Amino acid sequence: MSFDLDRAWRLDDQVSLRPETFGALAYHFGNRRLTFLKTRKLLDVVESLESEPTGRAACLEAGVSEQELPAYAAALARLAEAGMIGERA
Amino acid sequence: MSAIAPAPGRLIDRFESGLDAPICLTWELTYACNLACVHCLSSSGRRDPNELSTEECLRIVDELGQMQVFYVNIGGGEPTVRRDFWEIVDYATANSVGVKFSTNGSRITDEVAHRLAASDYVDVQISIDGATAEVNDAVRGAGSFATATGAMERLAEAGFRGFKLSVVCTRQNAGQLDAFKSIAERYDAQLRLTRLRPSGRGADVWDELHPTAEQQRQLYDWLLAHGEEVLTGDSFFHLGAFGDSLPGLNLCGAGRVVCLIDPVGGVYACPFAIHDEFLAGNVRDPGGFTRVWRESDLFAELREPQSAGACASCGMYDSCRGGCMAAKFFTGLPTDGPDPECVLGHGEEALAAVAAGPTPRPSPDHSIQAVIRSGLI
Repeated sequence: MSFDLDRAWRLDDQVSLRPETFGALAYHFGNRRLTFLKTRKLLDVVESLESEPTGRAACLEAGVSEQELPAYAAALARLAEAGMIGERA
Repeated sequence: MSAIAPAPGRLIDRFESGLDAPICLTWELTYACNLACVHCLSSSGRRDPNELSTEECLRIVDELGQMQVFYVNIGGGEPTVRRDFWEIVDYATANSVGVKFSTNGSRITDEVAHRLAASDYVDVQISIDGATAEVNDAVRGAGSFATATGAMERLAEAGFRGFKLSVVCTRQNAGQLDAFKSIAERYDAQLRLTRLRPSGRGADVWDELHPTAEQQRQLYDWLLAHGEEVLTGDSFFHLGAFGDSLPGLNLCGAGRVVCLIDPVGGVYACPFAIHDEFLAGNVRDPGGFTRVWRESDLFAELREPQSAGACASCGMYDSCRGGCMAAKFFTGLPTDGPDPECVLGHGEEALAAVAAGPTPRPSPDHSIQAVIRSGLI
């Protein structure tokens, strides 16, 4: 599964995020899927997707290091697969 | 449910120590029911005169909205018999609290089906406990299969995609798993299988209804083969001791990530534990539901590391976590020992060791027969 970090992404309108000490819970009211974001940093990435030009920029903005980037790209890929985030037109 | 994790770590440990708000909760709106299923976990039948008023229900929704509880599983009794049912549902969705409600289908008219199909925030769960009228009606009552089937037809015709077909697995229907899946597919629904608990009237029929050891193995293999396409409410985590974990959260979430609000406002650790032993407080107490969730002694205790007791020396404890607290309690077993349906057989040994005597009775009992017995009608 790959994730294009150089495209523009956004959180789906039907997703609600609830911050938790471990990261966050994400719930999609349309497909009724519940997902756990296991770090606060991933929550920061997801929240900044909309305002950043690319997925990579959102990661950097949230303080994701080069070494961490592949793991975050994989997490974003799973979020995209679950319909939580989608490409911005 | 799925965990999305760029970093390693055991999310299960976080959940076992509890969250500031439940992930979801079950809310039983009434003890009134037009059916009298033999295994009803809330011993429903007649309405309790002390049930929450409309106003009290709306204030609970306010709290759930503030706590950012994503959705509530509304049940009963038969929740749709409450005259303010739709008012409560509409108020919840308007406050970003999603609703999934369980029903026997008796009130799903064409009009209701169309209304439901038009909402993204309301999901429906139709209960059947047999893939044939014969098996279903023996548990849920004469005509109940036809009622449920009619409701599913109307939902499908109205264009409701992906509603839930909810089945409690029993010895009598364990051989019908493929048939249940076919029924769900016929109506464009999703199958949800859950575990029979010896709770409520279920305590009276558990011996005859709970799946055999062999059926549990078949069920486990079937669930593994179907993965996330079949929902389970994460209720079969005790089967993890067969080897591989099933999809979902493999832990008991009672008082940690889930709970139950009963029709009179009682907050219990889980829907299968309606007994004073698991009563944390009442939404009518000062501070409401929020305070019960965050400050009750019972929930604080459940969020402490639990003793594995007699299971401590078992190599599979990390997989099954000792099983279901309610199943143990209502079969008279200590809660820090094996589940009565432990797949390694330790439960049967433990049950044999329990002196034959009374097991804890569920409280309260709203069965029609119970009310007659106590002379109220």
